[in-house]
Amino acid sequence: MLPQHLRTLANVGAEVTIEVPAPITQRSVLDVLEKRYPMLQGTIRDHVTKQRRSFLRFFACEQDLSHEPPDTPLPDAVASGKEPLLIIGAIAGG
Amino acid sequence: MSIVRVLAGTRKGAFILTSDGKRDHWQVSGPHFAGWEIYHLKGSPADPNRLYASQSSGWFGQIIQRSDDGGKTWHQPGTPAGETPEPGPPKSQSNKFAYDTSSEAGKALTTHQWYDGTQHPWEFKRVWHLEPSITDPDTVYAGVEDAALFRSTDGGQNWHELPGLRGHGSGPKWQPGAGGMCLHTIILDPGNPERIFIAISAAGAFRTDDGGKTWKPINRGLYSKYIPNPTAEVGHCVHHVAMNPLRPNVLFMQKHWDVMRSDDAGDSWQKISGNLPTDFGFVIDIHAHEPETIYVVPIKSDSEHFVPDGKLRVFRSRTGGNEWEPLTKGLPQKDCYVNVLRDAMAVDSLDECGVYFGTSGGQVYASADAGESWEPIVRDLPPVLSVEVQTLG
Repeated sequence: MLPQHLRTLANVGAEVTIEVPAPITQRSVLDVLEKRYPMLQGTIRDHVTKQRRSFLRFFACEQDLSHEPPDTPLPDAVASGKEPLLIIGAIAGG
Repeated sequence: MSIVRVLAGTRKGAFILTSDGKRDHWQVSGPHFAGWEIYHLKGSPADPNRLYASQSSGWFGQIIQRSDDGGKTWHQPGTPAGETPEPGPPKSQSNKFAYDTSSEAGKALTTHQWYDGTQHPWEFKRVWHLEPSITDPDTVYAGVEDAALFRSTDGGQNWHELPGLRGHGSGPKWQPGAGGMCLHTIILDPGNPERIFIAISAAGAFRTDDGGKTWKPINRGLYSKYIPNPTAEVGHCVHHVAMNPLRPNVLFMQKHWDVMRSDDAGDSWQKISGNLPTDFGFVIDIHAHEPETIYVVPIKSDSEHFVPDGKLRVFRSRTGGNEWEPLTKGLPQKDCYVNVLRDAMAVDSLDECGVYFGTSGGQVYASADAGESWEPIVRDLPPVLSVEVQTLG
């Protein structure tokens, strides 16, 4: 699930389905996502450091995964496609 | 029939304002990239339909956008316009601005001065200014925060730093101004492709005479009492520099405080603030056909970023500085407290030179008679960050 601005950039709907080879981690999901939609490179994580942008959060299965290491396996429900990985923009005015 | 196209970058998107040469009826297109900060957009002198835009956000970082049809459609360079790209390795990395860490750049590139005087690593934030080549639509320069100069030679698909600027060795003395440590001015010399001028807040102005390999500070004559050594080689908060292509050795500068002039390509500067009500400000620009006619918008002070006395006044000098006249016809003269940012003034090149500027209140004003009278093209845009003009046909 992508934030509105990234949907516009990638010309996609709210939810994007991608095939990710194991292991299914934040890093492997973002690698495939950026390869499939190169216009998203640098928008979710920094181009150089690969760190998550500080105003974005990752959620899945009602858990905040934002501070999990990028190579930690995602929940089985996400890996199997039953539940989405939510990429959420922080709510901040302006 | 001539067409004038005004490119306005705002806090919440880009707008393109178009008129015929009379400049009395305008069509407004936008917002493009709605909701994003558009620090700058500019057209290529070699191909006016080629536009580049800097799109950024605190959430999603930096995006470069390109139009090949005068702003009707846009795409990130290397990705097809309006289409989802095919799977596979990326064709480009148009969003990637990675500092050069090669040995050529050297140790001096690793830190600059932070607000508290300590050293701080360089961190890329955004592109402040895009300057397309005079001769090649695919070559474009980008001035970025933290201050550095990048260049693309493939239409914005890939970017490479010109490391000689940060390699000058004075980097540890550069420091951020209130808006960040930004490289905001890039001027290409029309008569000498090897010569480029740039300016940084707060480091000062620099010049290369070898196409960007080596740089020298050009700040002699600047006096900044807010830094420990007011006449230091670097550390000055230069807000903007302007050049008329008819006289590339003559530069005009709006510094934090002080309006300055150089007649020797920046080797030395003289103060020309003269009778201005305040010489703090951000913008400065030059009449397209009269290189001694210059325009500034005085701002009250560095702690009160709005026009003085509630009056929006452009000041014009027809003598290359020192003697200034207020231009007020059509501009609000009471209860006005807007700012005009450093890249938010431009001129067209029609016979009767048009002058344009945008405000923090969202107005874009145009004068079709070199500043004698003004009309708002639009009144209620988001705060305007930049204004550029293309004269077509």
